[in-house]
This record gives sequence, structure tokens and C-alpha cells, in this order.
Amino acid sequence: MTTTVAELVASHPLLVGLPGDAVAEVAGCARNVAFAPEELLFVEGGPADTLYLVRRGRVAIEVHAPERGPIVIETVGPGGTVGWSWLVPPYRWQFDARAIGPVGAIAVDAACLRAKADADDALGHKLVSRVAAVLLERLQATRIRLLDLYGTHSDR
Amino acid sequence: MIAEGRTAVAATREVAPATGSVGGTAAAVPVPYQVVGRRDETVDVATLFLVPAAGGPMAFLPGQFNMLTAFGVGEAAISVSSSRREDGPLQHTVRAVGPVTEALCRSGAGDVIGVRGPFGTAWGVDGAATGTGDVVVVAGGIGLAPLRGAIDELVHRPIAGGGRVFVIAGAREPGQIIYDNDLQMWERDGAVVAVTVDMGSPGWSGHVGLVTSLLDEAGFDPATSSALICGPEIMIRFTARALVNRGIDPERIRVSLERNMQCGIGWCGHCQLGPFLLCRDGPILPYAGAVSQLLCERER
Repeated sequence: MTTTVAELVASHPLLVGLPGDAVAEVAGCARNVAFAPEELLFVEGGPADTLYLVRRGRVAIEVHAPERGPIVIETVGPGGTVGWSWLVPPYRWQFDARAIGPVGAIAVDAACLRAKADADDALGHKLVSRVAAVLLERLQATRIRLLDLYGTHSDR
Repeated sequence: MIAEGRTAVAATREVAPATGSVGGTAAAVPVPYQVVGRRDETVDVATLFLVPAAGGPMAFLPGQFNMLTAFGVGEAAISVSSSRREDGPLQHTVRAVGPVTEALCRSGAGDVIGVRGPFGTAWGVDGAATGTGDVVVVAGGIGLAPLRGAIDELVHRPIAGGGRVFVIAGAREPGQIIYDNDLQMWERDGAVVAVTVDMGSPGWSGHVGLVTSLLDEAGFDPATSSALICGPEIMIRFTARALVNRGIDPERIRVSLERNMQCGIGWCGHCQLGPFLLCRDGPILPYAGAVSQLLCERER
């Protein structure tokens, strides 16, 4: 049985539970994509034009530095989301994103999604609420990591 | 606060200390144990293998701790990291964070250290706390040490209710991951094992991020799950809240807490946390109720 893009969108944790019409709007901007190991989803400075809903595999969010090469900031696995810079101008990626292994994802066209959200306040509110929840959890986790809890001052 | 490096807290109220004989000799006087082996886990963490200079092996519950004495230096509370499924020496994994733990970590075969205990409450892996559903074990840093015996029993227990074991371990960096062989063995024996680090390094292709970033993809059933958490206290409360947010009943979450354990038997009061004397009432406590509130309170 073939799973439609709409079904994949509806089952992704970012959007699960949304009303059918909202899912249909998002699905109208979405397509199923796959990345080979080491393939870049996007690169720093490039146009931030896509929201990726990860279905399979793992994506590394990276930044590169002279003489250090790529530094992995975070990895995102199945059920996670990659790419937020499409939310606000100037719509440019701030980091690189690389497939660690084979990755399957739903790619949502950002311009399409923004246009629909702008045209439908209720849809926009639903989407922003979902996105904000993920961003909040990422922010809080990042703050905890900044504490270096497992550093040398810790006995456990 | 913490006077010395204790790898973990543990102990459970439902079963009395096996050999600590609270108020008796074993509780008050260090018993000589000989170091018969050591294994370097990381640059500053070592596992000591101990046998009593006289008498039989110590009976303990997963999660309980001993007070280890580096003679001439001092004493520190260190969780037992042995599994009851293992024969052989008593194991303690120690991180060198102060004079006593540094001395303990320097110990080698033939050295003698003192042991008092075991003390405190246990994880309750015999069923009272973990039931027959999924068990989610979340460990941060050397917090995996007090959980080692519990995980080993959970992974190899007869599963009446079909419950699975999920081990989620966090470390600062790949070189700080302890018990690599155990993690592989538990996965081989059916557990879902995921390790994440705060900072990757060249060649590391695993997860990077906080332990909570792995909860959604782990695949446990929150409705039937219980959880055991050990690590830095901030990590514990952040993780406990994340598990509750995902639907795990706070009554089924157990956390390992520590303060300045000294006497080990609830006499001196140095380890008081609100109404609890953690060496006696803890270190392992249910997250629900008073503990979840106490973890949010500032110490005065």
C-alpha cells in the first residue's frame, strides 16, 4: 500500500493531531525526499527555502571552523525537524545540515507554507504554535548543554 | 554540598540494607577490602574490583552505595556498580574529583581500602517499582554507574508483561562514555540503547545533543512505562519533566539524589534534603510529590 505525502505529513510529530484541512494545506507544499549518506541538505549562507520533517535516519547540524573542519552541534533523528531559518528574513541558513546515513524526509516548501500561513491566520497560528513548542524545547536543551553538566566539576 | 565524588546514590526503602546492619559494626567501621583489579573507564574514571580481606561477599541491592575509605585521606560515598548477576569482586566506579576520589582512583591491585555499607534505598528492579511495562533508564555522565546493576537485571529479567528496556545515556564527549562493553551487551541482549554526547569529536558519528533529544524516537510506551534517572541534578529534573510531559506517570519515575553523605545511616544529618535524609531515605526516591517540589527549591 502506498503512503501518501498527506499521510506522512499527518503522522509526523510536528503536525500530528492537526485538523485534516491544515494537514492538507501543508501537504500541498510538501514532497517526499531522500538523501544519501554524507549528502548535504543545505549549507550555511544558502537560501533557507525548506522545512525538513525527518522520517528516517539522522541529520547532523554542523558549523565549520578553520583547522577544525565541521563541528556537529546537534543531531536530529526520526520524528525531528530540521531547518528554521526559513521562518524569518533574510531566509538564509545559519548552519550546514548533513545526512549521517541514508535519510528520508518530507521537504516542505517554505515560501509556499509562508504564503498559506499569511493567507489563513488560523492555519498560521496552528503552525507557529507547533514550531514554537519544538523551538522552546531545543532552546531549553541547549541551555542545559551550555552548563557543561558532565564537566570536571561534576562527580556523576 | 558534595564533599567528595560519589558516583551515585541508591538504595530503596522497600528492602533493608543487606549487610549494612544500620547501627552495627559494618555501618560504623570501615572493613578492609583488597583491590584485586582496576579498569580505567575514561581519563578520570576508574572501576575498582574489591574483595573483602576476610569474610564472604557483600550482599547489596542495585543502587545502594558504600562509604569507601582511602586510608589517611578520607571517605567518600560511592555507589555499588556491580550486577548481582555477576560473580566475583565488588565493583565501584569512581570519578576523581577531589582528594579522596583521586586517591581511590589511584588504587591498584594489592592496595587496601575501607568499605562501610551498603547503605540507602535501591532502584526497586525486582518489580515493585518497574512493573512489567517498559522501563526507560536515563543516565547522565557517571550516573550510569549506579544504574549498571539495575540495567543488567532489567535486561535479563523474565518479561511477563512484554516490557522493554530503554537505556539512554549522555556524556560530555565520546571519550567520556563509560561501560562501552556493557552498553553493547545490553543492546545485543534486547535493550534499546542510545548514547548521546554534548560535544562530538572527529570520527564520532553518533548522536549529539541532550539525553532528552532521544526520548521521542526511543519508542517506549508512556502509558506503561516507568523510569529511572541518575546524573547531575539539573539533568535529572529536566529529564523527569520531559518524561512527564510525554505521558509517564510521575509516580513511576525514580530519581537518584545526593547531598553530602557522611554517616550513611541517617544520624549526622549532613545529607538532609527537606524531610529526607538521603543516605537513609534515599538516595533513590520517587520523583512524584515532595521530591519534584524540592528539586525546584533553592538551597538556603
